[in-house]
Amino acid sequence: MKRIITSFVLAILTLQACKQNPTESSSNTTENANMDIKVSGETETQNKLDPPKVPAQILDRAAKKVVVNLIATEEEGELADGVTYKFWTFNSTVPGTFIRIRVGDEVELHLKNASNSVMPHNIDLHAVNGPGGGAEATNVAPGKEAIFNFKALNPGLFVYHCAAAPVPLHIANGMYGLILVEPEGGLPKVDREYYIMQGEFYTKGKTDEKGLQEFDQDKGLDERPTYVVFNGKKNKLMGADALEAKVGETVRMFVGNGGPNLVSSFHVIGEIFDRVYVEGGTTINKNIQTTVIPAGGAAMVEFKVEEPGNYLLVDHSIFRAFNKGAIGTLKVTGEKNEKIYHKVQ
Amino acid sequence: MSNYFKIFLIFGGFFFLLNSCDKSIALDSKKDSSASIRKEVAINPDGKMLTIKGGDYQPFYGEDSTSVPVSDFLLDEKPVTNKEYLDFVMKNPKWKRSNVKEVFADETYLKDWENDETLPKDADPEAAVTFVSWFAAKAYAKSAGKRLPTLDEWEYVAMSDETSQNARNKPTYSAHLINLYNEKDREKNPVKISKPNYWGVYNMFDLVWEWTDDYNSIMTTSDSRTAEFDDKGLFCASAATSTTDVLNYASFMRYAFRSSLKANYTVGNLGFRCAKDLQK
Repeated sequence: MKRIITSFVLAILTLQACKQNPTESSSNTTENANMDIKVSGETETQNKLDPPKVPAQILDRAAKKVVVNLIATEEEGELADGVTYKFWTFNSTVPGTFIRIRVGDEVELHLKNASNSVMPHNIDLHAVNGPGGGAEATNVAPGKEAIFNFKALNPGLFVYHCAAAPVPLHIANGMYGLILVEPEGGLPKVDREYYIMQGEFYTKGKTDEKGLQEFDQDKGLDERPTYVVFNGKKNKLMGADALEAKVGETVRMFVGNGGPNLVSSFHVIGEIFDRVYVEGGTTINKNIQTTVIPAGGAAMVEFKVEEPGNYLLVDHSIFRAFNKGAIGTLKVTGEKNEKIYHKVQ
Repeated sequence: MSNYFKIFLIFGGFFFLLNSCDKSIALDSKKDSSASIRKEVAINPDGKMLTIKGGDYQPFYGEDSTSVPVSDFLLDEKPVTNKEYLDFVMKNPKWKRSNVKEVFADETYLKDWENDETLPKDADPEAAVTFVSWFAAKAYAKSAGKRLPTLDEWEYVAMSDETSQNARNKPTYSAHLINLYNEKDREKNPVKISKPNYWGVYNMFDLVWEWTDDYNSIMTTSDSRTAEFDDKGLFCASAATSTTDVLNYASFMRYAFRSSLKANYTVGNLGFRCAKDLQK
């Protein structure tokens, strides 16, 4: 009898020890001290803002509960002037709505799949610690809704994307976006913030061939995109949609790369990034001309604009910029400063 | 000593309770579902059934060497239509929208119908019925003296295009299907307008997704990228790394769709067709 009891107790103890092991070892690292941050105050529901807009800076607010609503949609839109494509999106934009939270926040994420969708969809957020980054918890049929909770443990700028099979197709059709997890105390205050995300599209027709274009699986497999664009459309951030700033202001850009295939060499012609949060993480590199943004990765760049004029945002793999659409404009207005830049003759 | 014994009893009791809870739930649902499916009033839909000659087929999931035998069987030549389903509902009132229990069909069951006995205003009676659950599809099949096709049977027929029995290796096969699948509101079109496949079967791809009897027996894990064994699956289930044909995107879509379903789900582009054993 005694033996049975002893072995039973031992078994329970072993089980408990097993359970506790991972939590113990992880709480040794500084990041996961964030696990113990308490949430307080009113629950915030994030608004849908279309890129390149982002929600207001978090600054020093306490951690709280945040509700995020995303709707997976499949809808036809413009990929270039006169060229349409059947995009798959989060909240009807490519990239999807920018999600902005801080470490310690507890997010309740609602993923709805539009009732007129053909496909199932889900979401994998690279900011999530957990199986599939949420994909497992959110695989959702047309017309249905999935909800899952996560606590933000690591600060940084992260990609989210759909991970329903076939994954490459869901990403190639535009199902990606960025989620920013600000550190304790928030990111430093800046004057302007913009949200830019690069992605490739693979169409049967050549670049700029008019009409509705079908997805081309072979081109995707060969990594031979027809379009490489910022924010879902060729030359999207040019002309009337150009980004704006005034001389003397500091600009922060949240730049992501949805891929599905290419690595971006992000550069602003005529500017030097004063600070780059390398790969969207905590390390800050200074005085950078071009920063590499991997597929499924992101970076934050900050720079002060000193001189009025038009500054082109490009993927410096430069055919992509001038022929396939990865180009945008930052239009800076204000007083000229001849000391900084001056054409002599 | 007696304290230890008490602890043991408490623990034991606790686990016993937990277990029995589980079991009783499982039992209840079993009873319920069989009761509801058993007593269907017979219907006689007039659609043709076609003989499908069986054979070995290579499932989309599993090892390269996994080949599954499919026996000869009969399959409806087209998905069940609005008109046919209306007839079923009239003869089996418990499957009317206002009578159906949520465990058997969720809140969007026949959602687009005008009322219990009227098809949607703009719907073609000859279009495939949608917004039906797996339970409803099973009940319909039963009352028609049929059954739902197994996943293997359905996929076996899905290997064919218009001219060949196994078109899987044709480069255009998957690309063509992806385009069909990407078409919105395709479920509103009437059946039997497009061309039949090799077997004479219509509309395997161009109108609706279809329930199969064991729709969730082989499935991608809901996160399709992990190469983990899914305990629901017969095979190693992963869309990304363990399929035999990683470029068959159309199959990925079907499997992904099935894995997003529960048996009481009703979806706007999900219908079904029936099958039957071949009398020997």
